[in-house]
Amino acid sequence: MAESASVSIPLENITVSRSVSIAVVGNPNSGKSTLFNRVTGLNQRTANYPGVTVEKRTGKLTLGSRVFNLIDLPGIYSLSPESTDERIVVDVLLGRVAGTPLPDALLAVVDSTRLYQSLFLLQQLAELGRPMVVALTMADAAAEQQIAIDCDALGEKLGGVPVCEVVATTGKGFSALRSCMAEAVDRSDAETPQFWPALRREAVALERDVRGSDLSLVDIERTIIDEDPVGVEAIRRALGPEGDRRIAAHRNSLCGDDPPLAVESRVRYRWISEALPRLQSRAPTPLRWKRRIVDWINRPYPATVLFLALMATVFQAVFAWATPMMDLIDAAAGALGEWVASTLPAGAVASFLADGVIAGVGSVVIFLPQILILFLFIILMEDTGYLARTAFLMDRAMRAVGLSGQSVVPLISGFACAVPSIMATRVIPNRRDRIATIMATPFMTCSARLPIYALLIAAFVPNLTVGFANLQGLVLFGLYLLGILGGVATALLLRKSALRGPKPSFVLALPEFRMPNARTVLMKLADRAWIFLRRAGTVIFAVAVVVWALAYFPRADDIESQRLAAQVEVQAVLEGDALAAEIARIDNEAAAAQLAQSWLGRMGQGVEPLFRPLGWDWRVSAAVIAGFPAREVVVAVLGTIYAVGSEADESSLAERLTSATWPDGRIVFTLPMVLGLLIFYAWCLQCAATLAVIKRETNTWRWPLFAWGYMTALGYVGALLIFQIGSV
Amino acid sequence: MTLADLKRGDRARIDAVDPVEPSVRRLMVLGLVEGAELECLGGSLGGDPMELRIHGSALSLRRADARRFRVTSTAGAED
Repeated sequence: MAESASVSIPLENITVSRSVSIAVVGNPNSGKSTLFNRVTGLNQRTANYPGVTVEKRTGKLTLGSRVFNLIDLPGIYSLSPESTDERIVVDVLLGRVAGTPLPDALLAVVDSTRLYQSLFLLQQLAELGRPMVVALTMADAAAEQQIAIDCDALGEKLGGVPVCEVVATTGKGFSALRSCMAEAVDRSDAETPQFWPALRREAVALERDVRGSDLSLVDIERTIIDEDPVGVEAIRRALGPEGDRRIAAHRNSLCGDDPPLAVESRVRYRWISEALPRLQSRAPTPLRWKRRIVDWINRPYPATVLFLALMATVFQAVFAWATPMMDLIDAAAGALGEWVASTLPAGAVASFLADGVIAGVGSVVIFLPQILILFLFIILMEDTGYLARTAFLMDRAMRAVGLSGQSVVPLISGFACAVPSIMATRVIPNRRDRIATIMATPFMTCSARLPIYALLIAAFVPNLTVGFANLQGLVLFGLYLLGILGGVATALLLRKSALRGPKPSFVLALPEFRMPNARTVLMKLADRAWIFLRRAGTVIFAVAVVVWALAYFPRADDIESQRLAAQVEVQAVLEGDALAAEIARIDNEAAAAQLAQSWLGRMGQGVEPLFRPLGWDWRVSAAVIAGFPAREVVVAVLGTIYAVGSEADESSLAERLTSATWPDGRIVFTLPMVLGLLIFYAWCLQCAATLAVIKRETNTWRWPLFAWGYMTALGYVGALLIFQIGSV
Repeated sequence: MTLADLKRGDRARIDAVDPVEPSVRRLMVLGLVEGAELECLGGSLGGDPMELRIHGSALSLRRADARRFRVTSTAGAED
């Protein structure tokens, strides 16, 4: 360690073939990830840090004969951590994370238009005494605002580090940045600057008392300021109960009675306000026209109207824009299935390919266009900075349900998928707020609910235009509202009972409005599409195959021989169209009989009594049960069940559902039953991935089990009430 | 006068901060310290939370936290 008092020469400096690890650090929204993507290209890997679910993104960069391992760390403002994300950054920088070596060098990413706030972290990073390169991103935005930054002076102030201006979105300045990095990692002669000498003096004094504890000076400094748990523990081990008193004494002589973090802020910003006028030619002021727009949009009422209009547009778009592409996929899957069925000899193999694989996976892939449109909107909201604005706008409303504006971003992302959204709650510092948000997130209508919503709405809601809106779009919007209602009510109840506590705080840096970069947006979108397709190709495919097998086997020979006998009989008396129709009827009846006595049929019939009060027959019950591991499977299962049960019928699944009947001829999919089924899907938690991520994030099985039981019960009761009231 | 008394377009300088709350200390880390000059950009629905601009960066904070910052008005909106 650079600060270590020992003088032995570290061995690793002598061995040659070691890759160099570089930590990429910076404020949130500084363009850090865009820069990381640009530097490492597609040479990336995502894993988790041990014990926590913070994503660890690493990438390789080869310069000449040397390999650099870059670690992209979550954004921070200071080395005083509040959340799990920030904690891991500090731990990585101080070399405390198992499996992640102490970084050999730092790549500090700084938004050129936010030098004031960035200099706080830059001081702390420079004090780590490690080789460092500063990348000033958004050089184009700075130039637009006519800010000139004196890179040499900035590097000088930070103890002689190279500073490079770059534009991460276009790649401008990157060759200079790369050569700076290659040179910087070899420099170890630079003197570590001190921006708060008094703190370093206290740390040196305390270090003398705990010699041999292998704490670095920065570890000790963080212990004095933040009561850093690792440091406190090591000092206690070295000094016993005296350790706490010693820390407190040093803290007191440094800060008096003021909170140390407040004192640190005052000291560091005093330095910043002295240095800043010499570093930048003028204070950043966003361009006038941009300010005008932002200023107007931020007025509460335009902002609210804009927000609601935007949300409504998203839902209309998901339905209207996706249709042509969906029709295309539908036609392709249909043609492929038909071709397979007509080419291969009839039997188990043909049925497996056409009804199991093609129909099953096809019925999920068809929703790719809708999911892409939804993600496109969410990514655009994120990249323009609008998502943070919605947090600001909605904070007051969220406070009413015991959450803060910071919960809005995870909740809105929940419309795409609950799994990454639950991970996104890590920005919420308070544990109670975080768990309440986690429990509300699975209620948000995720993209996996879209397939079943889309199917049922398209089949049973008339395609009427009401004013300028489409009735199907309105019903979809209503279902989204239902999800929000469930989530909000759940958060409120939890905050009044199990998660009672002080009101959450809300401190947020608002990013400027920014033009999203097409390349970045497309990369993120492709990433999402790939995740979805991979799921369709693995989990959903596997479930579809299992369900097909359950629905196909065992084959009853007597049904088959009866079918053949009946065909022979009608061939003797009928001919032409009448014969074809009669044969089709016989085939359908035989297929339905086969399905009813298959394993899936028996399972569905077994649980049917449980779901009969909701108006579900054994087919729907079987599909719902098959959907518990992953809800998007349900459409595939319905596809399989109905395709198997009516081989001759070539109408789409929606039409097949419409014609489904009870044994006595009554229609299964009545309006109350469909509405109940929709409500069941709005509230029920049918997603093993979500349960797993809740377990990981809350570190207990209690919360995922509670979420599953609670949401399933809520969905059941909702469907029961609607069906019973509607059928009276 | 505190930060919470500022209206859209008001400019002010911070005279004193009462760092009792953790959220106030987080605002200090973001640069809301004694001597800092800032501009009020208005508020969200019902004026709470409010938005400030300091050295070109926008920040949002709740009125309850804003009351912990004593300020002196420096000038009105310029443009």
